[in-house]
Amino acid sequence: MRTIGKIIKYEVRDILRSKFVLFYFIFFLLLTEGLLRFGGGSTKTLASLSNVVLLVIPLMAIIFGAMYLYHSREFTELLLTQPVNRHQLFTGLYLGLAVPLGLSFGAGLGLPFLFHGFDDAGDVMLLLVMIGSGVFLTFIFTALAFWISVAYNERVKGLGISIVLWLFFAVIYDGLVLLVVAWFADYPLEKAVITFTLFNPLDLARILLLLQMDASALMGYTGAVFQRFFGSFWGISTAATALMVWTVMPFWMGMRKFTQKDF
Amino acid sequence: MRHRHFFFLFIFVSAVFLHGKTWVVKTPTLAQIITAAEPFDTIIVDGGIHRNTPYEIRKPLVLIGENGPVLDGGGKTEILIVHHDSVVIRDLTFQNAGISFVDDNAALRIEKASHIRVENNRFKDNFFAVYLAQAAQCTIRNNHITASNIRETNSGNGIHLWYCEDILIEGNQVSGQRDGIYFEFVMNGRIRNNLSENNLRYGLHFMFSDTCEYTENTFRNNGAGVAVMYTEAVKMHRNLFVDNWGSASYGLLLKEIRDSEITHNIFRGNSVGIYTESSNRVMVSQNDFLENGWGVKIQSSSLENVFTANNFIGNSFDIATAGRQNHSRFDGNYWDKYTGYDLDRDGVGDVAFRPVRLFAYIVQQNPPALILMRSLFVDLLDRAERLLPVITPPTLQDNRPLMERVNPL
Amino acid sequence: MIKICELYKSFGALQVLTGVNLSIEAGKITAILGPNGSGKTTLIKSILGLVKPDRGEIQVGGEVLNGDCRYRNAIGYMPQIGRFPENLSMQDLMKMLTDLRGGVHRDENDRLAQFSLHQEMDKPLGTLSGGTRQKVSAILAMLFNPKILILDEPTSGLDPVASSVLKDTLVTERDTGKTVIFTSHIMSEVEELADVVVFLLDGKIQFHGPPDEILRDTGEANLERGIARIMQDRATA
Repeated sequence: MRTIGKIIKYEVRDILRSKFVLFYFIFFLLLTEGLLRFGGGSTKTLASLSNVVLLVIPLMAIIFGAMYLYHSREFTELLLTQPVNRHQLFTGLYLGLAVPLGLSFGAGLGLPFLFHGFDDAGDVMLLLVMIGSGVFLTFIFTALAFWISVAYNERVKGLGISIVLWLFFAVIYDGLVLLVVAWFADYPLEKAVITFTLFNPLDLARILLLLQMDASALMGYTGAVFQRFFGSFWGISTAATALMVWTVMPFWMGMRKFTQKDF
Repeated sequence: MRHRHFFFLFIFVSAVFLHGKTWVVKTPTLAQIITAAEPFDTIIVDGGIHRNTPYEIRKPLVLIGENGPVLDGGGKTEILIVHHDSVVIRDLTFQNAGISFVDDNAALRIEKASHIRVENNRFKDNFFAVYLAQAAQCTIRNNHITASNIRETNSGNGIHLWYCEDILIEGNQVSGQRDGIYFEFVMNGRIRNNLSENNLRYGLHFMFSDTCEYTENTFRNNGAGVAVMYTEAVKMHRNLFVDNWGSASYGLLLKEIRDSEITHNIFRGNSVGIYTESSNRVMVSQNDFLENGWGVKIQSSSLENVFTANNFIGNSFDIATAGRQNHSRFDGNYWDKYTGYDLDRDGVGDVAFRPVRLFAYIVQQNPPALILMRSLFVDLLDRAERLLPVITPPTLQDNRPLMERVNPL
Repeated sequence: MIKICELYKSFGALQVLTGVNLSIEAGKITAILGPNGSGKTTLIKSILGLVKPDRGEIQVGGEVLNGDCRYRNAIGYMPQIGRFPENLSMQDLMKMLTDLRGGVHRDENDRLAQFSLHQEMDKPLGTLSGGTRQKVSAILAMLFNPKILILDEPTSGLDPVASSVLKDTLVTERDTGKTVIFTSHIMSEVEELADVVVFLLDGKIQFHGPPDEILRDTGEANLERGIARIMQDRATA
């Protein structure tokens, strides 16, 4: 545990010096500040931010995660020649990247709101959910990136796969869901559709935001099925568990590959 | 009535014979007083619970409560029936008018009468609360109407008007009834500054009632919102339609409405802000559509409606139509989703805005697709469709989208 | 000190180590020779645990490698190409490794001076030249006074001065009882330093013994020709 802590410490220091995390933080800070200042109130700002969160965070986390691990290949090797266990090293590398990314996103998004305040009380909850799902997405997509870049030694290939995977979760998967919905329009699909979303972390995060932002529309759906499911304790637990699984599974797969890998 | 006399006699007799005391019944019953009163007398009901319902008024009278008198229908009968013109009912509490599946039992029924004022009364747990049938020139003001029924079938309306003329309904609060306010065949009715919330069906249910207006009312969280149907020349101004949630719930449902005005209203947080079906020449202007599921849903049978100078902000869908047809005009509204530019700085966007998303159409065809809202995939589809409309109505566009929000008056 | 038993390793279809048996004695300088692709680096990395063998057993200091990382406390490693986190300085790196290793390192000031590294201590490692980074690698390998020093092509990229310093250091280390293992292409260097030569070809050990033994066996005048002769004999056999 102490070894992991030390690795995190040094990696965080390295990342901070690379300025990327700083840019990442400033990007969210300026974007949020700009939207709050020029784009209208907190409600509208949050609506615009939701798209950015769902688009930018997974993309940045997966690309930066993969690039970082390729980039620190020699560092990794150096540490592996030291009395450091591989699972300690992997955990340290992962947390050392995911935590600063998550923090700088959360702070970049949150600070301007502390300064400007909220239009109505619902926005506080929405912001918290947004930060929460953003942090989850950061952890999930960093884990995916680590898995990929441990599995593929060529960085061009690894980056390519990362981008394709992001594209799959962000765009293609939803396209397939829509096709299924259209093809099987005569069947009751609500349960199936809810199940589909569990297999895409981006969809899960998106739905958590929907519940806050589009409750009126979700309630307009016959029986308010989605609202009722994801609004219930059972539904929230399912979604949270799914997100946890989505974080732990790629991390664990990456770790497995990492401990068996030749350097 | 007769056995009641015996009852008093019994008390009197038993008092005399058993205890040797004399009991004097000082207060005649309310019914007796109403019977005894001369026209244009004032009756002050000083406290007490009065259960000899129903009471009937057949002469012009002023009936005023003091110290909280309660008229209780015992869950069986109606409570007070006014059969004559020029009656004032004030400061009374009506409760427990009986539920009936056959009759429209009401706490206060005004039957074929005019110039009635009903003010500052409380109505608790009645089937119907205030019921006006073939009445005219009446004022229903500052009454507080509550009920706590759960099912529509054993619940009546709060303020119910049938075949009435020149009625003012003002400052009332209605909740927990079936319909908060119900208008059927009413001419020249005015509904002002009422609060109608948490009713089982409609906050306001309005049919065949031409030339009426309702202004400054709040309709909140009613089962199905507000329905205005089969009517001409309705004026709807400065009302608040909020939090009417549900698959068949509307801020405002318009069905076969013609030549009417909807201005300066706020539609906020409803599943559907306005739903219009077969409504023609309705002027919708300077309203705020905020955070609704659907701002406006238009069936293609609606003709020549005009939407201008409205604000559409934070709605999941601004406008949805049933098909590719569009016979309404959108001009000079503010759309928060508009991303165009204004190079000449005249406050009007230089490129037109298409408020109908392809996704709205997709959801209409495949409701479960709703779960894909805010997906990047869906946004891409919407963008493509906006560029080159193939499914959404090509004529439905705002050629002069505003850059700034229209200021509320 | 190090015992390797029936070690096999392949990368995909490529068989790199095909049954290596080797015992490396403590307190000596062992040179591992072999043409490119003969498996030198793979062998070294197997000892370090960087490469996971398919089969076989490795013992370091009497302990069989089983995934426990503690044996590496006894090893200092200088890789072929020393690349480091670009934003860290040498100072940071030394601190960090010291931190990881539990706090104590020996005084390297003399060697830093010999390598003229004092001016480079605070510069980000990414800005340093290849040769300078090799020096950094060497310093790091010896920083914790390890019992075993493993160096992969240690002098490649070093200027003659630094190269001499390093070679002298290796001898000194050996003389204080350390076990030194290095790979090299440069035969003169091997002749100069090695107490024992291990010659690796096609994933197998072809020769293991003192350098003069090669000269004696082959009858050649120097190590380079001796090794060449072994390879030719192999090819014709």
